[in-house]
Amino acid sequence: MKPKKEIKKIVFQSAEDMPTMPMSIGNMLWNKTGSWRNIRPEIRLEDCIQCGICWKFCPDMSIEIEAEWPVVNYDYCKGCGICAEECPAKCIVMVEERK
Amino acid sequence: MKKEKKMTLTLPVEELVGSGNLACQGCGANLALRYVLKALGQRTVLCIPACCWAVIDGAFPHSCMSVPIYHCAFETAASTATGVKAGLEMVGDLETTVVAWAGDGGTFDIGLQALSGAAERNDDIIYVCYDNEAYMNTGIQRSSATPTGAWTTTTPVKFPKDRPKKDIDAIMAAHRIPYLATASISYPEDVVKKTKKAKSIKGTRFIHIYAPCPTGWKSRPEDAVKLGRMVVQNCVFPLYEVEHGEKYTLNMKIKDKKPIDDYLKLQGRFRHLKPEQIKLMQEEVDHNWARLLKKCESA
Repeated sequence: MKPKKEIKKIVFQSAEDMPTMPMSIGNMLWNKTGSWRNIRPEIRLEDCIQCGICWKFCPDMSIEIEAEWPVVNYDYCKGCGICAEECPAKCIVMVEERK
Repeated sequence: MKKEKKMTLTLPVEELVGSGNLACQGCGANLALRYVLKALGQRTVLCIPACCWAVIDGAFPHSCMSVPIYHCAFETAASTATGVKAGLEMVGDLETTVVAWAGDGGTFDIGLQALSGAAERNDDIIYVCYDNEAYMNTGIQRSSATPTGAWTTTTPVKFPKDRPKKDIDAIMAAHRIPYLATASISYPEDVVKKTKKAKSIKGTRFIHIYAPCPTGWKSRPEDAVKLGRMVVQNCVFPLYEVEHGEKYTLNMKIKDKKPIDDYLKLQGRFRHLKPEQIKLMQEEVDHNWARLLKKCESA
């Protein structure tokens, strides 16, 4: 759906590598916030009514719509549980994180 | 997977806030900026003073945003935005929207002077205040947006805040700015609608977004959206628009007003309140609501 961005952490080896202007040149995708969570959302797609509310209220942009169905991106999901709380069909359950 | 149904999304699909940001779990401020940028689109410049969003964005040389951000000093959000807008006009760019994005500390307390100045000059900027009712970024200190009785680290239970929340919307309405709106993150379509309306107007526009903060309010992260909805339904934070300081429009007419008890119960910062204090708070909410209704009727 959206163009994929490069996942790369930028590290400067020396002062010469730094840009002359202090401006951001990379994105935060290297920071996998999925490691923060201890409960994970799981979507039971057979009960899903495709309302898009989980996508709408996800603060971490980690629920993506792929081919009309919601998919959780576990790399970035922080496990806040808003999707499970707001789902009108109650088809999202929060389960203990597997280690 | 059984049924073949077309999904209807009620918000623009474009995501300008990226994943991997440093917001807490269930952050309301994160949702607020996500909705505002969905409405404004790519041609936007953000001026962010010290607030939660100065941290959420990420450290140099990374940024989770797809739009340019200017990190400015705490008290200068509105004046920086004015300067950015003037600079863009000098190089002939009249299309880019300049947004000052400040928290409640940077709006209600520290940035009020710059905001008042920009509003008086009627500079062509959108000023958005996301209101989480304390200085959350630095460790939950009281701000003038903190409601009466709420616990913060500087208003502990023994010494509660006894003054009501500052009515910033009335202050901004008194500046006779072209557009002022209040919004809550639990009504994203409303946020997007108001931001699009603000984009179409010239002059200083002020949007006040209610953004629950699970960390500072000691509430569960999954209740963030629920709290944003409750606060509108029990009239603590009504949704309305003001045009030119006079024309009040109520966006959400509340027929059966809910008591504030359920809203207070979900938050740890109100846990110490006694029934008589809750009764006083309810009276204050009723009083404010009646005053707003009067303003809307007379407009």
